[in-house]
Amino acid sequence: MHMAASPQKVGATGGAGSGSSSIVETLADFARRRKSFWVAVSLAILFTAWEIAGRVPISFAFPTFLETLSALIEMALDGTLLPAYFITFQPLLLGVAVSAVLGIGLGIAMGLSDKAEWLLAPVFIVLQAAPMAALVPLVTFVYGIGLVAKTLAVIMLALPVIVLNSYKAVRHVNPSLVDMCRSFQGTRMQQIFKIVIPDATPVLFAGLRLGIAAGFIGVMLAELLITPTGIGDLITYHRSVANYAHMYAAVASIIAVSTLTLAALQYVELRFLRPEKRRK
Amino acid sequence: MANPIPLRTADNATPDAVVEVRDICKRYGDVEALRGINLQFERGKLTTLLGPSGCGKTTLLKIIAGLVPATSGQVIVNGRQVTGPGPERAFVFQDFALMPWATVLRNVAFGLELKGMPQAERHRIARHYINEVGLSGFEEKYPHELSGGMRQRVGIARAFSVNADVLLLDEPFSAVDEQNRRKFQEDLLRLVDKERKTFLFVTHSIEEAVYVSDRIVLLSPRPGRVSQIIEPAIDRSAAPDVIRRDKGYLDVVEEIWQGLRQYAE
Ligand SMILES: Nc1ncnc2c1ncn2[C@@H]1O[C@H](COP(=O)(O)OP(=O)(O)O)[C@@H](O)[C@H]1O
Ligand SMILES: [Mg+2]
Repeated sequence: MHMAASPQKVGATGGAGSGSSSIVETLADFARRRKSFWVAVSLAILFTAWEIAGRVPISFAFPTFLETLSALIEMALDGTLLPAYFITFQPLLLGVAVSAVLGIGLGIAMGLSDKAEWLLAPVFIVLQAAPMAALVPLVTFVYGIGLVAKTLAVIMLALPVIVLNSYKAVRHVNPSLVDMCRSFQGTRMQQIFKIVIPDATPVLFAGLRLGIAAGFIGVMLAELLITPTGIGDLITYHRSVANYAHMYAAVASIIAVSTLTLAALQYVELRFLRPEKRRK
Repeated sequence: MANPIPLRTADNATPDAVVEVRDICKRYGDVEALRGINLQFERGKLTTLLGPSGCGKTTLLKIIAGLVPATSGQVIVNGRQVTGPGPERAFVFQDFALMPWATVLRNVAFGLELKGMPQAERHRIARHYINEVGLSGFEEKYPHELSGGMRQRVGIARAFSVNADVLLLDEPFSAVDEQNRRKFQEDLLRLVDKERKTFLFVTHSIEEAVYVSDRIVLLSPRPGRVSQIIEPAIDRSAAPDVIRRDKGYLDVVEEIWQGLRQYAE
């Protein structure tokens, strides 16, 4: 028996357009292939709106985009930004690493075992619903104002969302694939490592991204509520001296760093863990 | 063309039964899916389970596969009672059950991978069956790059690769469009002839059942019971188009339709 389609036809996504295609078509094709084009367009619109809002001005404390940008460059060059990030990243990386390992581990255990589910699910559901920002000052009572307290703040925000997403990921694994593995006499371990975890990967990573975003919130809360250090200190200091452009530059930079981190994680996931999603 | 005997209703026990189903009953909570199923499946034959949707065809096939426990009764395969999945049975899933993150080659070789066969050897076997189902050149493709019909060919190649005696196919062609479906049925018959295995095939299409089967088991609506067994003695040496217009073939289709009509309300 022979198939009508050739392998080349199936995988092909279309080459370069012909010379007759209009500019609109070329642009649309470009945008389809390069999502980054649209990211640039949307950022340009945002920054223009910001610039206009700053020039109106909507508030004396609201700098224009260009003022903020020059303040950011200034802070980057005079050596205040990098050391601040060095401080901020310590509790953030530590907390996110602990939350990722513990959260994915616990979440998978909860998804696989009813006992673990009964034991842990209520705890994390309550934790996720709790307003963590209100609890952050409490950790200072127990752990003081050092790295441990800040790391804990990150974990408190990041862990529940990672646990619950990992749990959900495992519970939503395609039951047909599990049956398939069983029908070929796969062991329980093979089932977990060859079917359950790979099939759960997209949702595991979605949880990880949410967890990292929550970790950024956690570290900023810690730096603003516990003791001003790192980026939190930059924000607090420039606000106190009415240096609004610098304050906004610090805020904008942490948003940018958080966004880039999440984008990088997505890239890693698509590039290394989901070969079928790779753009060819 | 030979004059085929239209049909003969079989009731005698087959001499060489690979699979024997004894008094199988299945309840899902309050739902009684199967009641008192007794069947024997002869080695090297293709038997079809035919019946209206929800009558328990999938359930019966999964009980035979050892994927679903029966509420009561026994399944005996090669003289041994079934307690779970085994190497002498392979399942083809209605929804294909392909790993989206794995290539066609890895999917087809997956049954062998689970058994711990070295990669070179299992890939050699997988390539053979990929070729056998007409997917040569698609080894490195991912399932989402294939049509429904091609995906099911992957599922069939995977089931063949483990060299089981009994192949259990749950509506394998339900996601395939009509033109490809006929081609598929012809390909299946060729594989049945070539591989000399026992096939248990589930469908809800009467024409498909009559065209491919040595024996058709008609199941009644819930709770599923065996309502009739038909052996459409069709001369398969004839060309497919000839068979599909053959009087014997059409008579069997009609006969089954009359049998099922009472349930079609
Ligand atoms: N896992 C299950 N839990 C509860 N009921 C089920 C389950 N699987 C099947 N059933 C019920 O059992 C009956 C038979 O189902 P099934 O074997 O899938 O039928 P068929 O394959 O003939 O369409 C249906 O009424 C279905 O709703
Ligand atoms: Mg079914």
